[in-house]
Amino acid sequence: MSILVLAEHDNKTLNGATLNVVAAAQKIGGDITVLVAGEAAQVVAEQAAKVAGVSKVLLADNAAYAHQLAENVAGLVADIAKGGYKYVLAASTTTGKNILPRVAALLDVSQITDIIAVENANTFKRPIYAGNAIATVQSDEAIIIGTVRTTAFDAVAAEGGSATIETVSEVKDAGISTFINEEIVKLDRPELAAARIVVSGGRGVGSGENYHKVLDPLADKLGAAQGASRAAVDAGFVPNDFQVGQTGKIVAPDLYVAVGISGAIQHLAGMKDSKVIVAINKDEEAPINSVADYWLVGDLNTVVPELVSKL
Amino acid sequence: MKALVAVKRVVDANVKVRVKADNTGVDLTNVKMSINPFCEIAVEEAVRLKEKGVVSEIVVVSIGPKEAQEQIRSAMALGADRGILVETTDEIGALEVAKILKGIVEQEKPELILLGKQAIDDDSNQVGQMLGALLGAGQGTFASEVKVDGGKVQVTREIDGGLQTVELSLPAIITTDLRLNEPRYAALPNIMKARKKPLETKTPADYGVATGTKLKTVKVEAPAERKAGVQVKSVDELIDKLKNEAKVI
Repeated sequence: MSILVLAEHDNKTLNGATLNVVAAAQKIGGDITVLVAGEAAQVVAEQAAKVAGVSKVLLADNAAYAHQLAENVAGLVADIAKGGYKYVLAASTTTGKNILPRVAALLDVSQITDIIAVENANTFKRPIYAGNAIATVQSDEAIIIGTVRTTAFDAVAAEGGSATIETVSEVKDAGISTFINEEIVKLDRPELAAARIVVSGGRGVGSGENYHKVLDPLADKLGAAQGASRAAVDAGFVPNDFQVGQTGKIVAPDLYVAVGISGAIQHLAGMKDSKVIVAINKDEEAPINSVADYWLVGDLNTVVPELVSKL
Repeated sequence: MKALVAVKRVVDANVKVRVKADNTGVDLTNVKMSINPFCEIAVEEAVRLKEKGVVSEIVVVSIGPKEAQEQIRSAMALGADRGILVETTDEIGALEVAKILKGIVEQEKPELILLGKQAIDDDSNQVGQMLGALLGAGQGTFASEVKVDGGKVQVTREIDGGLQTVELSLPAIITTDLRLNEPRYAALPNIMKARKKPLETKTPADYGVATGTKLKTVKVEAPAERKAGVQVKSVDELIDKLKNEAKVI
């Protein structure tokens, strides 16, 4: 059985999420091919070739794939998949979620979103209802298409593999979409989805200014990534890509510190698989306490600086 | 131009669902149902485009049980002009939903097709993209800003890491993210007016689509319970627990 994994990258660096998808592919078992579709992405293909467990890398290098436009990349993936792959997998990132359902429809098959466990070759687990239920689904499709929740699988090693690189000359340019621009938030801290420690703020932090005043020192001290609840994002405290939750990023760090977050179902869906959860909130009845391992009731403006000074 | 908006009837976002004892699904008896929040944002966006004079007619469609007409009426109370209910009580997958929507698009010929980015029940995040593929149309998924200009639409998308803007030829599919807009409340007179707006009832067979899915749900379980935590009284106690008990710092 052969498995095609769509690489996540920015034409320069292979995104770590791909390593988690390869891990999921290994659980299924079979020959793993990684497809790198991009522009001037040879360097990414070389990185992918070193990933443990990968036997082949396909490089489709063309301006049409430069920004991962779904209309172009999906056509390419579907054509390659038809050439004999039984599985097509990608990370459950915004890129994977944008492209893969389009691939599935082009192949006239169903898709499985957010795979969190591989039961057997055609049976998988995935969360539904904001993580309040776990469905076991069995796919009877000829080609099984799925996005993988990266936090549910331990990444394979980025080094040690020695896959061959083949060039795909086929160019799919649907000509119906054009990239205009991108605004990427520059971060000095670890990436949210992959961080070992996450410090998140909610409406309780009061303002964007206070978010940074209170939480930046804590994140610095812990070497943590920073997150936020939807309330904090909607209030404009921090950019949207800080959002942890059903509709934002799903994280599962070793330590998740929720500061001034009440703990709506939507937010819990994004972080309740964290190993240890700490809640700092002035409300004793906050729902976040029901999933927290340790919670401290108090004013975050005094508690957090005290925590920083004592760490 | 004409806009088509797809809406789904789902369990209300504030309801904490319970898994049925026999593990066949979640218990939806006597549970409050609403229009999916992302679909409501799609309706609001269509209404705003109509208020700007960009869109001339809004057709809202829902696929589901007879009761889904309540959600179509809600969309009409927000400003949609007419509705189509594709009635079925069968289980239906995202691919089949996309195929029915394709049939409707081919009849109605809208230039903008708006959907929510995902339904909060199955959390699939697939239908808009699948419809894009079936129609050979462009897709602006996870939209936080939509600008229609001549024969094109510019969509700003929420991506991991920030924002991306793409330009799509019309007709195009747009799936909405939470920050696209804040839906209005329906005023009582508009709710009354919505009752008189036309609502057609169809079946999946009218579009030549068989219901069902090749994705069988074998079992639905409650997630693993986290063990109960403890309240700590001081910062010192918290640090001690994190260092010595949890060993995470």
